[in-house]
Amino acid sequence: MKCDHCDNEATVHEVTVRNGKKVERHLCEVHAAEAGIAVQPAGQMGELIKQHMAALTQSAAAKVTACPTCRTTFAEFKQHGILGCADCYKAFARQLGPLIERAHEGGVKHRGKVCKVHGEGAADAAAAERRARAQRLSRLRAELDHAVRAEQYEQAAKLRDELRAMGERPPQDPA
Amino acid sequence: MTGGPYYPAPPPPPGPGANEHLPEWLRGEGEAADVVLSSRVRLARNLAGVLFASKATPSDRQRSMELCRDQIASAGLAERLAWEPLAKAPPQNRALLVERHLISKQLSRGKSAAGGADDPRGVAFSIPDERLAIMVNEEDHLRIQTIRSGLALATAWADADAIDDKLEAGLEYAFSPRFGYLTACPTNVGTGLRMSAMLHLPALRLTGDIEKVKRAASDMNLAVRGFYGEGSEAVGDLYQLSNQTTFGKSEAEILSLLEAEILPRVIEYERIARRELLAKRRIPLEDHVWRARGILSNARLLTTEEAMQALSLVRLGVLTGVTPAPDPAAEVRLVHLLWLYVQPAHLQRAFGREMDQEQRRAARAALVRSRLGRA
Ligand SMILES: [Zn+2]
Ligand SMILES: [Zn+2]
Repeated sequence: MKCDHCDNEATVHEVTVRNGKKVERHLCEVHAAEAGIAVQPAGQMGELIKQHMAALTQSAAAKVTACPTCRTTFAEFKQHGILGCADCYKAFARQLGPLIERAHEGGVKHRGKVCKVHGEGAADAAAAERRARAQRLSRLRAELDHAVRAEQYEQAAKLRDELRAMGERPPQDPA
Repeated sequence: MTGGPYYPAPPPPPGPGANEHLPEWLRGEGEAADVVLSSRVRLARNLAGVLFASKATPSDRQRSMELCRDQIASAGLAERLAWEPLAKAPPQNRALLVERHLISKQLSRGKSAAGGADDPRGVAFSIPDERLAIMVNEEDHLRIQTIRSGLALATAWADADAIDDKLEAGLEYAFSPRFGYLTACPTNVGTGLRMSAMLHLPALRLTGDIEKVKRAASDMNLAVRGFYGEGSEAVGDLYQLSNQTTFGKSEAEILSLLEAEILPRVIEYERIARRELLAKRRIPLEDHVWRARGILSNARLLTTEEAMQALSLVRLGVLTGVTPAPDPAAEVRLVHLLWLYVQPAHLQRAFGREMDQEQRRAARAALVRSRLGRA
């Protein structure tokens, strides 16, 4: 199928309902990017989230909160429907709870497979936590390294604080 | 894990009895294979302590890729596993993987926010069966996909569950007791589980009852998508039916909803429609099928969609007995093979050269003619 705007093969296909009318768009990558739909998160469910988000905007809950770990703000999430890190679920628990409930047929709590650290008889819990810590440390070190090289000193100082808070001695730490 | 590029061999020159290799989802075996091409299970997982794609720096992405890749390589997931790094991979190779349903278009493109085509990411998949594919650094750090031919969601789920356990043995997942497995998009949170069946529903399309199926599915919170997934049309009368709800239900409940409740009904509905076409509208059915064969054995230019659509009717003709076939199973396999090879990247692979759109149309028609034409 050809792109609506040019002769390239259409690779992005979008069906939306506007004012009760079905609107189809078939675009090549370039025109899709131009239309701002290249990295759309999800079809129907994405719409649902967007609608629910619009309602939330009015509520006080949506006020300036940012995730302490990744600095994603709730406004950012509302715009893209994508969270920045696992801690966002904690940071925005109050706002996300009802939204997730609505998107998942009223589900309020996870049921199903349980990650082994949280499962019964988690013999490996300590080892798993060590791995989680190692993963986090390695990320912080990499970020610090990047910040130092990019001469973002404020950012670097923040990262050193985080490393210290985890009981680590940051590299290039004066004394 | 085998490094370096692994690509399927082009189909052998036309001839009877050619036994080409088909990926699992096109093998055409298993339960209810007349309607269900394949069953697919996808699990979304993220690493604890590593930022999700939208916030990850290139070094984060490199790190999550290495952690995942190393664990995939050492966990003994399959007898043979191929690893395809996708950063800097030529576009035609990435397109080939998309057409084989081993990676998503999103993974093929790379995350534009975090570096685009050079973005560290890759896919591991089992060879030669292609039953298992693990995308690394897509929207989530890990997307585990298992596929089984025919209606076999329970088996595909058992496969995915076991792979998940083996990966978790060396990785710490992002998980919360309340929300379950944490995913970049809350639409996948909880089980992180998407189960889907790829269905061939030509009779329901011909009778128009496909719309009823779509409405019934959406009433039950199931999604019906086209061949290429999200937002795409049903090319070749191929539809993917999948769960939307991933949170608040257990894997067993999601499995039973699809495999025990919904799918048997859709399968029966399509079979009834096929029987009714035969019994009450035989001549129009024959006309559809023979016109399709006429196009495929005579056309000099074919688009992907046109070829896939006509192949759909050829398949229907074989399965309803409208077209006599000495070996119906072989004929169905041929349709599956052509479904794969009329797609642009596979077509170019088969002909061993890059072609523009016009050249592809001619080559596509030639390929199909050589397999389905009489001379
Ligand atoms: Zn275009
Ligand atoms: Zn966050």
